[in-house]
Amino acid sequence: MAKYLLLKHYRGAPAAVNDVPMDQWTPEEISAHMQYMNDFAARLEKTGEFVDGQALAPEGTFVRYDGEGRPPVTDGPFAETKDLIAGWMVIDVDSYERAVELAGELSAAPGAGGKPIHEWLELRPFLTAPPTITE
Amino acid sequence: MNEALLRSLTPSVLGILVRRGADFAAAEDAVQDALVEAVRVWPAEQPRDPKGWLVTVAWRKFLDATRADAARRRREDLVDEEPAPGPAPAVDDTLQLYFLCAHPSLTPSSAVALTLRAVGGLTTRQIAQAYLVPEATMAQRISRAKRTVSGVGVSPAHAKPRAGGRFDQPGDVATVLRVLYLVFNEGYSGDVDLAAEAIRLTRQLAAAIDHPEVAGLLALMLLHHARRAARTAPDGSLVPLAEQDRGRWDTELIAEGVQVLQAALARDRLGEFQAQAAIAALHADAPTAEETDWVQIVEWYDELARLTDSPVVRLNRAVAVGEADGPRAGLAALATLDASLPRHTAVAAYLHERDGDLATAARLYAEAAQKAPNLAERNHLTRQAARLNADRRH
Repeated sequence: MAKYLLLKHYRGAPAAVNDVPMDQWTPEEISAHMQYMNDFAARLEKTGEFVDGQALAPEGTFVRYDGEGRPPVTDGPFAETKDLIAGWMVIDVDSYERAVELAGELSAAPGAGGKPIHEWLELRPFLTAPPTITE
Repeated sequence: MNEALLRSLTPSVLGILVRRGADFAAAEDAVQDALVEAVRVWPAEQPRDPKGWLVTVAWRKFLDATRADAARRRREDLVDEEPAPGPAPAVDDTLQLYFLCAHPSLTPSSAVALTLRAVGGLTTRQIAQAYLVPEATMAQRISRAKRTVSGVGVSPAHAKPRAGGRFDQPGDVATVLRVLYLVFNEGYSGDVDLAAEAIRLTRQLAAAIDHPEVAGLLALMLLHHARRAARTAPDGSLVPLAEQDRGRWDTELIAEGVQVLQAALARDRLGEFQAQAAIAALHADAPTAEETDWVQIVEWYDELARLTDSPVVRLNRAVAVGEADGPRAGLAALATLDASLPRHTAVAAYLHERDGDLATAARLYAEAAQKAPNLAERNHLTRQAARLNADRRH
């Protein structure tokens, strides 16, 4: 019973094995990829392990406080900054091993040529509530 | 309406349906439907015999569902007529239900979810909220768990009920206790107070079976629950045991916990929960942190290490040794343990601070904060590092 975030990167992760930009796939390959992602989420819902999944637009803005009475400052997007998150899935599983297994399956989503992308996904454990019994 | 009453009746009503021949998964659904009906109808008029009412309604729901199911599949009716309601050995049913819901074929999270619903009478939505997952996910987790246990130690599907009932596979008390311990340790994160629920379920189990470890777990829970108000500061941060305002400990819960524990220990069948409860009782017994009987606590950790052979126990033992025999002795005990153990670095930081090596302690606190598995602990450890660093600058 631990939650993990599976992070998918537009940029910032090591290169995938089957590293072909999506706009160079065939439309059928794109459909097959989407279908795989949907099936994966549906399967996790059935096993009682799905919590959330979201995709993010690549365009974003940095925002920060600029002092009392002033509007926040915005900047970016910074095209060359190293990390860009594409989306995430949150899972609730019984073990770290299970989380790794599922991340591996998600990384096998088909891409160009119908072959698995072997994309690097980042697996991050959630910080939990403190346990009641500690000593 | 008395929700506590309603939920306390859940396991025996479910047990009666199963004994009448309903398969577990269908019976559990029917009982949930009956609970929902009770919540709707009882506020206007609570029945004189609440349990009889629930059994009647749940049985009707079961028959309706079974008939609809049968019709849909173009099969004969599975159930012809309602059997005469016999005498109900409720206690035994309840016990069997605990065993079933904690069956070793289930994963821990499934066993927890099924126990809370089938034994605890919580709704799927409440359980989902407590564990911060979507209701649909929790519904699937529960229905998979029910499918798993429906095939366990029961007579063939749709067979007529036999003497001895359907879940006649003897369960293992230890697996039930592990599930209840997990529920308790999850604490309080949503609308449902899981710690209080775990105590209720453990009390109910203790009433159904005479077993020193069940009593030991109940005592452990009561003694820890007694400290709950003192465990967190108003800002939500953790207050370590040594710094807690002991005036805020619940003396009634402590007295009950100690009494339950003493009765269990008198049986002379020691187990890990009794040993853990004994340690909690020694803490509860100390009017101030300084007056804690660390020598006895170390002895109990020795017992616990013998019973469980758990590295986490040895880590906690090193802390106790550090208090009983001084930080150097604690560090020596720590040196024999695997440094990759959770909280190893935090313990090392604490012992080095006690030993006067503040630079090392500050560095280790900061390192431990990076490894902390929860936010409250991380914040606590970061604050310890910051405190020492600030002191050293002056």
